[in-house]
Amino acid sequence: MKIILNIWRQQNATSAGRMVRYEVPNANEHMSFLEMLDVLNEELTRKGEDPVTFEHDCREGICGCCGFMIDGVPHGPQRGTTVCQLHMRHFHDGDELWLEPFRAKAFPVIKDLMVDRSAFDRIIASGGFISVNTGSAPDGNALPVIKKCSDMAMDAAACIGCGACVASCPNASASLFVSAKISHLGQLPQGQAERDRRASRMVLKMTDEGFGYCTNTGECEAVCPKGIKIENIARMHRDYIKASATFREETSGGGAG
Amino acid sequence: MSSIAVNSGLNRTATFYHSVVGKKVVMAVSGFVLSGFVLGHMFGNLQLFQGREKLNHYAEMLQSLGGLLWFARFVLLSAAVLHITAAFQLWRLKNEARPQAYVKKAHIATSYAARTMIWSGPIVGAFLVYHILHFTTGQALGDQFIKGDVYHNVIVGFQNPAASFFYIIANILLAIHLYHGVWSMFQSLGVNHPKYTPKLKTLAKVYGWVIGIGNVSMPLAVLVGLVK
Ligand code: HEM
Ligand code: SF4
Ligand code: FES
Repeated sequence: MKIILNIWRQQNATSAGRMVRYEVPNANEHMSFLEMLDVLNEELTRKGEDPVTFEHDCREGICGCCGFMIDGVPHGPQRGTTVCQLHMRHFHDGDELWLEPFRAKAFPVIKDLMVDRSAFDRIIASGGFISVNTGSAPDGNALPVIKKCSDMAMDAAACIGCGACVASCPNASASLFVSAKISHLGQLPQGQAERDRRASRMVLKMTDEGFGYCTNTGECEAVCPKGIKIENIARMHRDYIKASATFREETSGGGAG
Repeated sequence: MSSIAVNSGLNRTATFYHSVVGKKVVMAVSGFVLSGFVLGHMFGNLQLFQGREKLNHYAEMLQSLGGLLWFARFVLLSAAVLHITAAFQLWRLKNEARPQAYVKKAHIATSYAARTMIWSGPIVGAFLVYHILHFTTGQALGDQFIKGDVYHNVIVGFQNPAASFFYIIANILLAIHLYHGVWSMFQSLGVNHPKYTPKLKTLAKVYGWVIGIGNVSMPLAVLVGLVK
């Protein structure tokens, strides 16, 4: 099958980018979308041109590395699917597609379709963790977890941090991602001790990283490859409202006693 | 010594409002107040269909509330100021958060109402100013304004097609604003549950339709001569 691609080419974060048209005459329906791009890149390399940069790692839909826009939708037309797991059988011979990087101030373009999502890492570092004393492993089932809570926490934990939610949001909000992380830890007993601090710091960090605000459009939920629900965003708002009222920030250098 | 610092109240409020979530909470609470008001306001005004005496009597009753009326006005004005301030700041943030637009962008879940909140809102805001000058203070009605005779003012006001047209457009936009806004405010306040959210979404749609039909019916009825 033949696929026509209009791909955003951009040298680096500061240069201006533009759409460039390519043809892939020898794609077939068994290829994944990224394999189809591999074929294009081999051809470009052979011709001595600069291959198209895109990010990928596992190609199994679990690492969250891949992702760009296909015809204005992150990860393309197949719901619940990362672009590495998207197969060419969902397209037709002669289709013309537009590929662009995820666009947000907080996600500067590195090159072509690859963006820098380290803002997500900084949000996680601000509070998306639990502090534990490492040592010998605790006994299994020593800490009871309510089944419903563990299920909902696991659903939220499915987020792979791909950034599609930000890319699809009309306001470039990171609410779905941040709320998934807050909901993942906040529903487990291990996450209770730092629940207020987590909500407070992660929400403020997401604000300061330059992400937009949520207008409850539901666009993120529709494109999320892991089916994260905006119910989590409501939980984040609840946790943040509560934390704002009661949370006491620790001063640095304090000691016990 | 414990190492816990308690932020001062002012600090807390400033930090809360600084966050994108805090601004949305302000938006939602003020939106809640305004939505409640528009419903009550509409039901009060529908007494237009019951004749001059009924409507003027209702207006008199409101005036007789005195201090309470001023308190309500104060709450509404505060809500409007907060709502508009947050809307403006959020609109700026939206533009900053995506400086380079997509060449191609699809909307697969975002409703028309949700997409146009930032347009329906300000137009309704401009309408509110006009509406107050029209029927409350009377400047927009000029010599025809009779203080205390609300029925007369409304009929004369709506017999002007341009004015009626503005009322109709603005109220359709208000209806669209509420169609998304009334469920959105619950979500912003943290209310989302698979059991209740579908009902809240339905409520928002019904709310939008009711406000739209109710408010449009008045200028329309006067325009076509049903109420004189
Ligand atoms: C009677 C007048 C109005 C009513 C009843 C009303 C009601 C609401 C409600 C209930 C919300 C949802 C809050 C939330 O999502 O948390 C909302 C959101 C919003 N309103 Fe209004 N509003 C009114 C006037 C205005 C005005 C004058 C403006 C603009 C200057 C405005 C701009 C907005 C914006 C930008 C949003 C946020 C959209 C979103 O987050 O989805 N509104 N409004
Ligand atoms: S919430 Fe979904 S779309 Fe957003 S980063 Fe996580 S997996 Fe990707
Ligand atoms: S490359 Fe790992 S999720 Fe696509």
